[in-house]
Amino acid sequence: MATTPSVPKTNRLGLAVLDYRGGKTTLCAGCGHNAISERIIDALYEMGVQPERVAKLSGIGCSSKSPAYFLARAHAFNAVHGRMPSVATGAVLANRGLVALGVSGDGDTASIGIGQFVHLMRRNLPIIYIIEDNGVYGLTKGQFSATADLGSKLKTGVVNELPPIDTCELAISLGATFVGRSFSGDKRQLYAMLKAAIAHRGTVMLDVVSPCVTFNDHEGSTKSYKYMKDHDEPLQEIDFIPVFQDIAVEYDPGTTVEVTMHDGSRLRLRKLEEDYDPTNKVRAITRLNEAKERGEMLTGVLYVNTQAATFLDMLNITEHPLATLPESLLRPQRGVLEQVMEELR
Amino acid sequence: MATTNVELHETAGQARVQPVVNNMSIQVATVNGSGSQSSNTVLLRSIFQMGVPVSGKNLFPSNIAGLPTWYTIRANRDGYIARKKEIDFLIAMNPETARDDVMSLAAGAAVLYDEPLHLDSLRTDLVLYSVPFDKLVAPVCPEAKLRKLIKNMIYVGVVARLLDIDMGEVEKAIRKQFAKKAKAANLNLAAAQAGFDYAHRSLTKADPFRIERMDATRGKIIIDGNSASALGCVFAGCTVLSWYPITPSSSLAESMIEYLKRFRIGPDGKATFAVVQAEDELAAIGMVVGAGWAGARAMTTTSGPGISLMSEFAGLSYYAEIPAVVWDIQRVGPSTGLPTRTSQADLLSTAFLSHGDTKHIMLFPASPRECFDMATEAFNLAEKFQTLVFVMSDLDLGMNNWMSDPFAYPEKPIERGKILTKEDLSRLRTFDRYRDVDGDGIPYRTLPGTDHPAAAYFTRGSGHNEQGQYSERPEDYENNMARLRRKFDQARSLAPLPVVETMPNAAIGIIAFGSSHWALKESRDQLRDEYKLASDYLRIRAFPFAPEISDFVRAHERVYVVEQNRDAQMFSLLKLDVDTELVPKLRSVARLDGLPIDARSVTEEIAAMEAK
Repeated sequence: MATTPSVPKTNRLGLAVLDYRGGKTTLCAGCGHNAISERIIDALYEMGVQPERVAKLSGIGCSSKSPAYFLARAHAFNAVHGRMPSVATGAVLANRGLVALGVSGDGDTASIGIGQFVHLMRRNLPIIYIIEDNGVYGLTKGQFSATADLGSKLKTGVVNELPPIDTCELAISLGATFVGRSFSGDKRQLYAMLKAAIAHRGTVMLDVVSPCVTFNDHEGSTKSYKYMKDHDEPLQEIDFIPVFQDIAVEYDPGTTVEVTMHDGSRLRLRKLEEDYDPTNKVRAITRLNEAKERGEMLTGVLYVNTQAATFLDMLNITEHPLATLPESLLRPQRGVLEQVMEELR
Repeated sequence: MATTNVELHETAGQARVQPVVNNMSIQVATVNGSGSQSSNTVLLRSIFQMGVPVSGKNLFPSNIAGLPTWYTIRANRDGYIARKKEIDFLIAMNPETARDDVMSLAAGAAVLYDEPLHLDSLRTDLVLYSVPFDKLVAPVCPEAKLRKLIKNMIYVGVVARLLDIDMGEVEKAIRKQFAKKAKAANLNLAAAQAGFDYAHRSLTKADPFRIERMDATRGKIIIDGNSASALGCVFAGCTVLSWYPITPSSSLAESMIEYLKRFRIGPDGKATFAVVQAEDELAAIGMVVGAGWAGARAMTTTSGPGISLMSEFAGLSYYAEIPAVVWDIQRVGPSTGLPTRTSQADLLSTAFLSHGDTKHIMLFPASPRECFDMATEAFNLAEKFQTLVFVMSDLDLGMNNWMSDPFAYPEKPIERGKILTKEDLSRLRTFDRYRDVDGDGIPYRTLPGTDHPAAAYFTRGSGHNEQGQYSERPEDYENNMARLRRKFDQARSLAPLPVVETMPNAAIGIIAFGSSHWALKESRDQLRDEYKLASDYLRIRAFPFAPEISDFVRAHERVYVVEQNRDAQMFSLLKLDVDTELVPKLRSVARLDGLPIDARSVTEEIAAMEAK
């Protein structure tokens, strides 16, 4: 198995890691979100994504602040609460050349934003949608969100009595084509998943449990560092071989699933569970529910489909970004107007 | 009370009445879902083809099938095409409303009714024509299930005979209406002919109304405002349309989709546009804001309830300075209100849509021609000012058929505003997103994807400084808001200017806007001819207000502001804007009952106020 590749000083574009960094974080020390930002930087750097091609999109909340802390050379849009999916959709339609990277939180996605979230998942728009999931509202000081587990406890002792919304289950059943769950503390898994996400064509939905050290990292929380360490149940060991790294490594088809991504990159999933097939939608949803019953926090690539048509395919949009089409293609000729006028006489 | 017709009428059945030529309003009362729309369009077109100015207004319920609906065609030789209060010629097809419809007519009106309704005993001061529609439809339409639809074309033939409309024009209109369905055209033509023949055989003309060929519609077109807006947006270079269905704006989006498919497929066979039917209005405006940010000419179309839902994004667009166009096809509120009736009652909520100190540019088209022209204006202004532009149409303008001058090809190029390219950035080296470089309050922007390390900036709805960085500093906030106000004020002279029409010896000024224009055109003549009250008239075409509007108020002793809402919303906006000493000159004529404003009501109200 390939291990984490040695990091060269510059990537295939000749850019250094520094070119992928952002502003200094203003989140709490130890916040899971900062670790996710680091993994995003690593993955974009490693994959050689031109920073200027990326559009960073977010809603409102601690998670949604984080795009300021990576990739300063990319345009960013900190939208309104729970409505990043629509803004991202518009941006991708306007310029299909953009790599849309959406960062949301559990409140921003599963509470106020659930409507836009589910409809985004239906469209298979090319976007990487990351939920930095800590089960609480940080900026308003620690109220439960809709992903908080049944029975989990706030610092104040308040117990959550409502069932959680499983964003992965929703995403899989609604049409997202790359769905995974990870943990901000699992560097290796998250890094590999993010690289695969960059290579995927369609909607990537990653729910990343990211403990809130200030409001939800205590005994009784199900989104704490300790809880995750004790309950994390990885489905696979994940390796990602980008298309530009021509590495031939043997693998055993009996123990490893290989998925060829749209760009030719290879996603290798060494099965930790023998019968798990990440291309089987029904099985993925069943397994998530089994995990819930067993009290496991299932992580890994839950579902992947590299063949589905994207929203851009469905709309048959021209290859050149709509944003910069010349007037000659945007305004029909005089004769066209005359023809319509004649029809109306 | 003096209508143009009444003096000519005498009670039916008495000595021969003087003919009333090319001046009447015909109302068809049917049930919605009965297919009367085609018949009504054919009738409208036939009169139009006779060269007589017409308008058609559909008064319909918020319902799919089975409730009463009325279609009113006004034919007027003087070109008055606003709604007329009085009905001269009623076609009563709906048993449910027939009694009320007949009882509300003025003496001397004509009624054509379905025989089983037995309306002949209701009034003695009307001209009544009974037509056995079911008996007539059977021979021309062997298929029983089509009879309900075909039946309506029979009244077109009857009316053609009674009003002297050339059957050749009726045939032409039917062929146009069913252009792609020859069988349907023939069937309908046979029905119209059956009606014509019946009237010829069995009815004796006893009403005074006649259509006579004239030459006032040559070269003109018939179109509804929503189709005109849609066409305008296609020629304005709109690239992203996101919308959520809502009456009365859906037909704008739907007709735009048709035009886009016909005229905006690129040489590669692919679309130069993207259309998304969003999950709600929040998503619709969100997509439009995202697309505008990324450089698309983006728009949505909606009505009052949608405007309310778009409020938060509207504030974001204002504050983060993102261009997009929103069409508001106004209907009657508050709340769900009267979804299928018209109003001009979204002005205040739209002008300041969203929390905090927010203001928006609004345009007010008065005709299909202006719907078309203002589309390019709206997109150009949105990109020039990097903000939302609301085009305030309404149900009357948007969904009804209007006679219009043909549209002129837009001479203004597609203007993208202050966008810095990669080359600009190489020259400038840095740029600050929210800095007022040119002193006009309008900053420069870059588009996401611009291949230059200095291109990026952070867009946010939170407080920011000139660089777009998060800031809570009092001076940053205040400077930014002052600049936004400066920017907004620039729009006063760059948005469409008001149109002024004068009369000799004008005693008063009148201000109106949007679809109210047509009632005002007629009302000003009535005021002059019946009350010796000449007026100057200013039609507002944009908010923020042009300086010419204050000049107009200053130049008149009394200025009446006419609008279709209860709370005098335009009047209120003007009071906020004009010099304090001008405020006492303003008078309000504001009314709304859901029907398009009519000239008579305006005339009477202004005359009464002037008499005081």
